[in-house]
Amino acid sequence: MNQVQWLRSENFQRMLWPLMALVGILLFNLFFTPGFFHIEIKDGRFFGSLVDIANRAAPVMLLAIGMTLVFATGGVDLSVGAVMAISGAIAATVIRPDYVKGVLEYGEVQSLFLVLSIPLFFSLLAGLWNGLLVAVIGIQPIIATLILMVAGRGIAQLITQGQIVVFIHEPFQYIGSGFLFGLPFPIILVLLTFTVTYLLTRRTGLGLFIEAIGANSVASRFMGIRERLITLSVYIFSGFCAGLAGLIVCADIKAADANNAGLFLELDAIAAVIIGGTMWGGRFTIFGSIVGTLIIQSLTTTILTRGVAPEVTLVFKAFVIILVALIQSEKFRRLFSGRMARKKVPAS
Amino acid sequence: MKLRLNQKNIPLLATIAVFLLIYLAGSVLYSNFFSLRVFVNLFIDNAFVGVIAIGMTFVIISGGIDLSVGSVVAFIGVLAAKMMHDFGVHPLLAFSICLGLGAMFGMIMGSLIHFFELPPFLVTLVGMFLARGLAFLVSLNAIPIKHPAVNAIIDFGIPLGFRAWLPATAMIFIAVTLVGIYLQHFTRFGRNTYAIGSSEQSAILMGLPVGRTKILVYTFNGLLSALAGVVYSLYTSSGYPLACVGLELDVIAAVVIGGTLLSGGSGYVAGTLIGVLILGLIQTFITFQGTLSSWWTKIVIGVLLFIFILLQRYLSKAGAGK
Repeated sequence: MNQVQWLRSENFQRMLWPLMALVGILLFNLFFTPGFFHIEIKDGRFFGSLVDIANRAAPVMLLAIGMTLVFATGGVDLSVGAVMAISGAIAATVIRPDYVKGVLEYGEVQSLFLVLSIPLFFSLLAGLWNGLLVAVIGIQPIIATLILMVAGRGIAQLITQGQIVVFIHEPFQYIGSGFLFGLPFPIILVLLTFTVTYLLTRRTGLGLFIEAIGANSVASRFMGIRERLITLSVYIFSGFCAGLAGLIVCADIKAADANNAGLFLELDAIAAVIIGGTMWGGRFTIFGSIVGTLIIQSLTTTILTRGVAPEVTLVFKAFVIILVALIQSEKFRRLFSGRMARKKVPAS
Repeated sequence: MKLRLNQKNIPLLATIAVFLLIYLAGSVLYSNFFSLRVFVNLFIDNAFVGVIAIGMTFVIISGGIDLSVGSVVAFIGVLAAKMMHDFGVHPLLAFSICLGLGAMFGMIMGSLIHFFELPPFLVTLVGMFLARGLAFLVSLNAIPIKHPAVNAIIDFGIPLGFRAWLPATAMIFIAVTLVGIYLQHFTRFGRNTYAIGSSEQSAILMGLPVGRTKILVYTFNGLLSALAGVVYSLYTSSGYPLACVGLELDVIAAVVIGGTLLSGGSGYVAGTLIGVLILGLIQTFITFQGTLSSWWTKIVIGVLLFIFILLQRYLSKAGAGK
């Protein structure tokens, strides 16, 4: 594919708006926030606002990667925040099994493998539960995942007995606050997950299958796509991403907080996916979702450096999301290109 | 089979059965559970949940969803408190402004959903962000509500005997339920919501005012969310920007447990009333039990939600198989 074709390709067109929004925010900071693009190297590690934005956005990026695939199949996973809380709670409990009973001693030091694999196993299980409800029983995705969203936080609180389990576990903390090749480890994890997912979906037929299911699940079944299996695995993958994100947050703050870990992050992830240009049931772009997450996070950081109360960022987020959604709405675009005369009967 | 049950009524009957079962279990296990006072308290403690659940029933029957309700309650509560406490606005004026704002908020969301064909959950998700952010913009802290007129409203009530007391907030809940039942079964608006929820395409072809009804449904729900905000601020005598986080899920759970199909087109306001009472009953049960922690409420609600959705799924499959 030569250069011109690439510029005209559908994928690039889809990415144009989100990328312009991100560049716009960064340009604003270039002029109005001194030292925003300054990156210094200390002890072989990169420091600066840009690295900080990427690092802070890492958990949501992971959620967004999983959510993108779920979105493409025409579903949504509301339970990711609760799964994050469950995964963190389990990790902390593995490290300090008797903390909730009031025993402050650690007992024997758990191996990193156990601390990581047990929470991830249960995250996969949570994803499997969602997937079974959606793909096998056939419940609408919003509602199927709503169940785990409500009950999941309760389960996480049950595991920690409503307490905040604090811990010290050097190898595990590395997941949240370590550095590799000069970059914070969460960013490396995101890059790894992104690369693997990209290769799996775009260098094999899997991505097309997922899009086919989202566009028309019945037709895709008649085409011979194993629609149930793929839908199931997409939810399992989303659960895995959420579990990983939960581990990062838990390792970063060195505590499991069942009440607040991952609270509202499902909304950020959904917003990122929509801003990134993934359709609800149809074409998806994982790179777009990453850009979407970066837009949200850099917007938040920008507002914070302006000295506005952090809670008010919600208002800005709301306006950005609705604006992007409107731009993607065909009817809204037609309103401005002045072709309202040709009235369309809504499809489906 | 001599006794023929209408398919659509089975979820409602199951709801009533669950309500009676929990109520019976509580009455047998704990003394004083079976008393008028505990029963009336269900209406008092869940008045704000119930008021929104009535509006949400219409939204879900029309095939939509509204995730913004919890944030709207917080926003309206904190705005009303700010107006009264800092600017000395008379409560009745403040509450009227709030109700107007709530209706407008719902109307804007409904218009976005209808005119630009955006998915309802996306638009109302944005509404959720916006209302919460606006609540923080009004105040970051809780604001007390102290006003003679407000106290008069709070103190107003009807004694029912047996040490039970029906306050104004519970009366609002009951009045809204009655209005909801009237709108649903005796007006064109009610029938149109059923038609749109069953099949929007058919409703358009039948010449029903689909756009107007959709926008009205969201306007009505916005108005009721604001009313719930007023009820909540009366209930707590304050406005707090972090109030009612996650309320939308409780409300949706109440509507679903009340027998409304999430795919739209089927459900009753009366069922929602029982759904709300079941949620309240679970909380009362856990309070009476004493040793169970509050997070069990969430797990039990999740499990109940699961069972009811499974039941609905089974019924709709059985219906389609005929």
